[in-house]
Amino acid sequence: MKPETAKTLRAFAIELAIYALLVVGYFFLVLHFLGEGLHRLEIHHRYTYAGVAILLIVGQAVVLESVTTFLLRLIRGRSE
Amino acid sequence: MFFPISGAHISPIYLTVAGFLIGILGGFFGVGGSFIAGPALRAAGLDWNFAVGTDLAHIVGKSVVAAKRHRALGNVDLRLGLIMALGTIGGAEAGAQLIQMLKRAGNVNLVVSIVSIAVYLSISTFMLWESRKTLTSQKRLPQGMVKGAKAKQDHSAFMHVTHSIQRLKIWPMIELPVSGVKAISLWVILFVAFVGGLFSGFLGGGAGYIRMPSMVYVLGVPTHLAVGTDLFEIIISASYGTFSHAIKGNVDILIALVMNTGAAVGAQIGAISTQYFAGPKIRLAFVPLPLIGVAIVIYTLMTGHKL
Repeated sequence: MKPETAKTLRAFAIELAIYALLVVGYFFLVLHFLGEGLHRLEIHHRYTYAGVAILLIVGQAVVLESVTTFLLRLIRGRSE
Repeated sequence: MFFPISGAHISPIYLTVAGFLIGILGGFFGVGGSFIAGPALRAAGLDWNFAVGTDLAHIVGKSVVAAKRHRALGNVDLRLGLIMALGTIGGAEAGAQLIQMLKRAGNVNLVVSIVSIAVYLSISTFMLWESRKTLTSQKRLPQGMVKGAKAKQDHSAFMHVTHSIQRLKIWPMIELPVSGVKAISLWVILFVAFVGGLFSGFLGGGAGYIRMPSMVYVLGVPTHLAVGTDLFEIIISASYGTFSHAIKGNVDILIALVMNTGAAVGAQIGAISTQYFAGPKIRLAFVPLPLIGVAIVIYTLMTGHKL
């Protein structure tokens, strides 16, 4: 394996490990607290739930994209 | 993990891994990946209505990540994406109405199955023929990485037909400078988007397997831009679909959020990977995707179980 490829793969593996830790924390902290509130909203206020659902999925995607980009830059910066 | 909205118990690791794999496909090919995500959610024990609605919500999140990355790489034509979103939404509504008509006639399953098999097989066969012909006719590209502008220079054995379509002077004509299209009728773009939306409403999912090739062959958009622009367009049309399903009680947003944690990484890998392949190679690699759809439809027809 070329040294550059090995370096990229190592950086990616580190990023994945850090990301996995963050995601596990996210499952237990954020989703645990969101669950009941969203369930009530889904039963009693469908239209609000629909709007909140889209905002949540778009918001999470933007944050996740920023987190992964930041991690990649940080790890690549250190490995160079 | 218990998801109170749908009342399902599903492993978050399963959802994350499924999201990751679908994310790679979506980022690389510009498709929603519903033909895999739907069955994956069904296999996890989710009811069919929740599988469809939740899948759409997950597609929104994954497409945001992939489209952001593609935009950073210069692969998104915002003007084209916005125009196409209008046609797609109109087409999706028409497709849903068509389904209702067939339901009333009582032969919806058979008609949809036969149409989908014919459409998927046609796309795969045509793309296999075109991409192989293009690859053999053009000069061999340098080995290894084809990054940046060189990778985006696109060739197609179908280009003569594309040029004829671009020469149709049906007012209003518009320019798509980002995609390198000097003039094309607005109606042609809306028609392509409408047909994609029609199949989306008729066959389910985002119909990226129809829209992405249509953008390349009918509109003349380079493959890399077609992938990025399709993802941007999917954000709008899938958001509309998510809202529509959520008010009908078909979306478990918690499941979509968990899936999206895997999809966020996968979509970035897929999007970055497009930089290493020339357009015809991406199109050749696209060929098996509609065939997966064919396999799922045939399985459904033979067993009666909807995946």
